[in-house]
Amino acid sequence: MKILEKIINIDRRVIFLLIGLVVFIPLLFKIVTPTKISEPVKKAYEAIEALPPGSNVMISIDFDPTSAPECMPMYIAILRHCFKRNLRVIVLGHIAYGIPLGEIGLEKVSKEFGKKYGVDYVNLGFRPGYTAIMVGMGREIRDFYAQDYRGTPIDSFPFMRDVHNYNDIEMLVDIAHGYSAELWVQYAGARYGQRIIIGSTGVVAPDIYPYLQSGQIEGIIGGMKGAAEYEQLLKRPDMAAIGMPALSISHFFIVFLIIMANIGFFIRRRKR
Amino acid sequence: MKRGVPLIITFVTGVLIIIAFFIPHKPFGNLEQRFLIWYSIVAGFTMLLGIDSLIKYHIRKIRFREKGWGYSIVTVTGIVITLIFGFYSWYAYHTPLALGSPFMWLYTYMIVPLQSTMFALLAFFIASAAYRAFRARTIEATLLLIAAALVMLGRVPLGEALRLKLPAIANWIMEVPQTAAKRGIFIGTYLGAVAMSIRVILGIERTYLST
Amino acid sequence: MILLIFMLLPPSHLKVYDTPNDEGGSITIEWRLSPSETEREFRGYEIYRALTPQGPFEYVDFVMKGKNRYEDKGVKDNKPYYYKVVAVRDDERVESPVAGPGIASPQWFNTGRINVLIFTIIFGFFVIYYIKRAKRDKSLYIRKITGLDAIDDAVGRATEMGRPILFSFGLGALTDVVTIAALSILRRIARKAAEYEVRLIIPNYDPIVMAAAQETVKQAYTEAGRPDLYKENDIMFLTADQFGYAAGVDGIMIREKPGAIFFQGFFFAESLILAETGHSVGAIQIAGTTAITQLPFFIAACDYTMIGEEMYAASAYIDREPQLLGSIKGEDAAKLLIMIIIILTAVIGSIGFFIPQLSSIYEKIVSFFETS
Repeated sequence: MKILEKIINIDRRVIFLLIGLVVFIPLLFKIVTPTKISEPVKKAYEAIEALPPGSNVMISIDFDPTSAPECMPMYIAILRHCFKRNLRVIVLGHIAYGIPLGEIGLEKVSKEFGKKYGVDYVNLGFRPGYTAIMVGMGREIRDFYAQDYRGTPIDSFPFMRDVHNYNDIEMLVDIAHGYSAELWVQYAGARYGQRIIIGSTGVVAPDIYPYLQSGQIEGIIGGMKGAAEYEQLLKRPDMAAIGMPALSISHFFIVFLIIMANIGFFIRRRKR
Repeated sequence: MKRGVPLIITFVTGVLIIIAFFIPHKPFGNLEQRFLIWYSIVAGFTMLLGIDSLIKYHIRKIRFREKGWGYSIVTVTGIVITLIFGFYSWYAYHTPLALGSPFMWLYTYMIVPLQSTMFALLAFFIASAAYRAFRARTIEATLLLIAAALVMLGRVPLGEALRLKLPAIANWIMEVPQTAAKRGIFIGTYLGAVAMSIRVILGIERTYLST
Repeated sequence: MILLIFMLLPPSHLKVYDTPNDEGGSITIEWRLSPSETEREFRGYEIYRALTPQGPFEYVDFVMKGKNRYEDKGVKDNKPYYYKVVAVRDDERVESPVAGPGIASPQWFNTGRINVLIFTIIFGFFVIYYIKRAKRDKSLYIRKITGLDAIDDAVGRATEMGRPILFSFGLGALTDVVTIAALSILRRIARKAAEYEVRLIIPNYDPIVMAAAQETVKQAYTEAGRPDLYKENDIMFLTADQFGYAAGVDGIMIREKPGAIFFQGFFFAESLILAETGHSVGAIQIAGTTAITQLPFFIAACDYTMIGEEMYAASAYIDREPQLLGSIKGEDAAKLLIMIIIILTAVIGSIGFFIPQLSSIYEKIVSFFETS
């Protein structure tokens, strides 16, 4: 049967075209659908909501442009939440390519809330060292970040004068696309009792759930869906919420392709 | 001598790090961190090695008009422009990461979209790989495709809306059999890494050396 | 009584002691939380330190509410220090009784890691025992690893098709043990490629790995008696950017159309892009990685996949040297021991749900395996 052969052997370029359309068309219409809030995201939201105004929140940008579609929406949502609650934000990062994304996000969201650099937020930039920095900041942040990313001494910012180590950071949020989340939990969380929220790509999130179960972290924002849930809690649907219909339909389409391929496979096997 | 010296260095360094793991007293306590910092410094210099290899490779392709030499011109031009933009931004804006600088323009309008696009290719490849590979040839393959389908459907808002308990099933698959299998593979992998590391430290495994 | 409800109450039961298992210069202070913690205005605790119980006390640091432990890392060894913890509510302060002295000192052994030491000794014993046994009995059994057996066939197939071989280490550095394992596999492939006179292309993500690969391939070609076929330009550095590397390797695959592709090392999200492109050019693909998240992609897209420790067994499997075989068997013995402990602990823990005595044994076993 010609149709059967065609179903079993669809040209991969046709599959590419179909998946492209399935993702692109819903994005064109910018439909926002409500999404069920999961417990890990709810816990993350409540943890930040409970912080008193003036608290210091450190956000570690541990992603780069490849994961920006998943990680930027959750980063922007967290920034919005922090600025809405009048929390002070300290941004730093362990991936050189990611720090400019941190700056882009700060620039965008600070304008929305009228926040000023050096008064309400600061960007400490990138330093190489990963675990050495995570451990060293338990003693003194200035050992690694004596200046911000522009080269300005951090003591010239009034709110940074009282920030020395994890004891002065009420919450650490790691936006991660790799294994930095586990390192923060091991070094800042386990050694210094730092409260941590993890925002991660969908692939990394399953590895982080055991830490939430054991109480070592306060919440998880996993993938674009987690970001969409957070935007919904903030009542400010944005990039992640708009991406949800495309995500849903593309998943269903792939399952449909698998079913079609197997139907063709079984019919052919029966014929033999 | 050529083989002996690296083997001795490997042995001494390896044993020192193992000892330092158990002895917090100075000078052992932060030995691992110190070695990691030294490695980062050395690795930084080896980047020069890589850049030399890259430029030589592409210049050779351009000189001898080898297959794909046009792409080599694009590569070399890209390297030169990025360097110029970076140094100029440093000079004019005190940091290449200043938002109005040419380097940030390059970053925002070229690097970010290019990298995001490469990552986005995964969507297409996942579809074609799933279509080709998820066929119920054996019992194991059938279990794999059923689990994959359930998790894919359970992880999206549309799957939640169907009210077939798909999210709960997907979570159970991820939290129980998936985690169990992963932990089993982890234990095996890390034991293998320990055995391999012992072989390297003791000089039994020497493939990373040349004669 | 009514006044007591509004009074700010101090923290209590202050304990001051040398921070255990450290390099010195640190004293730990623990306290029981102030009963006033539940109030909204309660801010946290101030830590004060002095050289005598009478003072003068100097301010050390501030700790958020909810935390009942602080490590003071600004002290000198072998000197007594006294502490008090002050509860803070808006502008109000109330002090705990003074506690001390705490004397900081360095420790020579981290007692929190004794379990690791015990297991390391057991593991070392297994490895040495099996190496000695392998020297006596050279026919020590290792099960079939299909991916490694397929190497020769893959190289042969590329030779018949008249197409080159492509080898990728992924994003691993030479500090990753898996990259060293990949080098031993590369040596085997390079020797075969030299014998069959087929071209070997190795694009690299890391310059140090590139240097090691060049040396390994040169060595292998020399051992095969064909040093003239070695081409340094075919083992090149591409870029230290993940997707730049993936794009570069894809470009090489589409232009050169290799007959056999080996993905051996540590991979991240680019794995499926590489594997699918390799499939599209019709190459036979053999993958091996310890990156668990990427294994499903390689299993779906490649012809053979080596999972985790199968890669580490490569050099022993290929060379069959007694010392290498012995270390694999030692590793297997250690794994068997771990499996027995896991099963026993799971059974004890499950039955302990109903029998409290067993539950306490289960807790002791679990706490023994915790490390600091």
